[in-house]
Amino acid sequence: MNILVCISRVPDTTTRILVGGDGVSIDTQGVKFIVNPYDEYAIEEGLRLREKNGGTVTAICVGPDAAKEQLRTALAMGVDKAVLVKTDKYFDSYFAAKNIAEVSKEMKPDIILLGRQSIDFDSFQVPSYLAELLELPSVSVVSKLTIEGNKVIAERDVEGGKEILETELPCIISAQKGLNEPRYPKLPDIMKAKSKPIEEKQPVEVEPKVSVIGMEIPSRKRIGKILADTDADIEEIVKSLHEEAKII
Amino acid sequence: MGLNSGLTEEQITLRETVRRFAEEVIRPKVKELDEKEEFSYDITRQMAEMGFLGAFLPEEYGGSSLDYVSYIIVVEELARIDGSQAATVAAHNSLGIGPLYYFGNSEQKKKYLPELASGKLWGFGLTEPEAGSDAGNTKTKAVRDGNDWILNGSKIFITNASTDITLGSTILAVTGEKEGGKKEFTCFLVENGTKGYTAKKMTGKMMWRSSNTSELVLEDCRVPSENILGKVGDGFKQMLATLDNGRLSIAAMGLGLAQGAFDYALKYSKERKTFGHPISTYQINAFKLADVDMGIELARNYLYEICRRLDRGEKITKESAICKLYCSELAHMAANHCVQLLGGYGLMKEYDAERYYRDQKLLEIGEGTSEIQRLVISRAIGCYDV
Repeated sequence: MNILVCISRVPDTTTRILVGGDGVSIDTQGVKFIVNPYDEYAIEEGLRLREKNGGTVTAICVGPDAAKEQLRTALAMGVDKAVLVKTDKYFDSYFAAKNIAEVSKEMKPDIILLGRQSIDFDSFQVPSYLAELLELPSVSVVSKLTIEGNKVIAERDVEGGKEILETELPCIISAQKGLNEPRYPKLPDIMKAKSKPIEEKQPVEVEPKVSVIGMEIPSRKRIGKILADTDADIEEIVKSLHEEAKII
Repeated sequence: MGLNSGLTEEQITLRETVRRFAEEVIRPKVKELDEKEEFSYDITRQMAEMGFLGAFLPEEYGGSSLDYVSYIIVVEELARIDGSQAATVAAHNSLGIGPLYYFGNSEQKKKYLPELASGKLWGFGLTEPEAGSDAGNTKTKAVRDGNDWILNGSKIFITNASTDITLGSTILAVTGEKEGGKKEFTCFLVENGTKGYTAKKMTGKMMWRSSNTSELVLEDCRVPSENILGKVGDGFKQMLATLDNGRLSIAAMGLGLAQGAFDYALKYSKERKTFGHPISTYQINAFKLADVDMGIELARNYLYEICRRLDRGEKITKESAICKLYCSELAHMAANHCVQLLGGYGLMKEYDAERYYRDQKLLEIGEGTSEIQRLVISRAIGCYDV
């Protein structure tokens, strides 16, 4: 089975995000980057498919040179090889999808796996773009996947229940939390990841379809005030509703 | 400098992986295991699967083939969350596998190392009820009987020696007298289950309560001479060399514990308010945290540097003593400040500060007390050569 897994480089979930000087990007100074958590489910599913059916798992990432770090993590988890489509510029989901599609046309994978969304921009667009560009069926936000022969059964969680869909290989599957339990890279595999190949490619330049024109940090939540239930506090509540909140 | 300054890409990935494993697999169980004084076979199995148990062994023995800095990072990251699990891994690698790998013959290595890299444990029987820092006073004796040796004596405080998955222990014994009346020492490989050998779990510990600590008794225990590690008479030299390296993993435990206590204290101090302000904004508290951070930066850089020297094959007797001493005392300071910053909560079992405070104390005692480390350093700088 020829398996392609798309991963993206995103800020760690615990990072405190600050807007950069240009007002349209984040300040990456001191930010720790990780493999997009939803992509970890995609990697794990790819590895399990290979373990069951044989074949090769290739990880692809569109991003800066530093994204090799995330590709190495994928390699340490057990992915066979990696492709970096290298760009230092801002890019949108279309650019990412277009470049993955170009590589995919050469590779002709049986299945493309990716996270349901990247937790940085949360656009949810790459799986759909890919399906369009490659003219392949796609099932999004999959929480259980069964493949027998060419038949693909995918389960999705819907409000109050499950939806079960059927399609055929080759196809695109985007992973939801719960699809599997991603493995930890084992120490010998971390060491061996160094000798696995990362192929670098120049991107196909396409104009972004969407541009960021502004970024803002949400205003801090109003801090609640707890007052004890004594008579004296009732007056204080009235006073603060009048003077601070200005609603009475 | 930061956590990962000067590290390779693999070492950074390794740290992140071990940290995540420790946070997700170990942290949720730490309190319960500590409370019950229980060794976790489940966590040990998972640590074995991750490759922690054969950390620096080459692949031919099923090891992870790590350089020494990487191994130290594994221990450090485990100790940041739980001293007990870090102790299981550090003692197994440095004291269990170390002597077998460095001094064993090829039959012994082939026989034991693959199993020890994949889930079985091995102990290092040096300390006795009357011989701790004074290892020369070892009383356990081995007497030759044909092709066999008969061992008699007892050992105490031996890590990993009495679990259900322990294969055996290396036992230091007196095998005779050298010219000039000095004792001759030899190390023997004694398997659990050997007749006349009992390994019993010790309980009632203040610290590292979910690591296995054992008392060993040898009563007319017969072992074949194939079980001698290296040559007859090599024992003391082997023991000293093992301790030189072992000190680095204890240092890593101190560094990791200090980091854990520091992270915990800093987070708490920024959230906890007194007199209307977070307590971290009062200099009396801020300076405590600054001191611990300074110690951690210095300790980490020095420790990693000494590990690199060990990888290059340099002799590190004095330097490993400095690492062990400095990191243990740093862990003491960090845990002490951590409890102090938490105030009354710091005294309660519900908060991690209390466990850090108990766990750190071993580091100033085990594998050579702080007093012995000062002796090693002062000897190395020639204080007594007058």
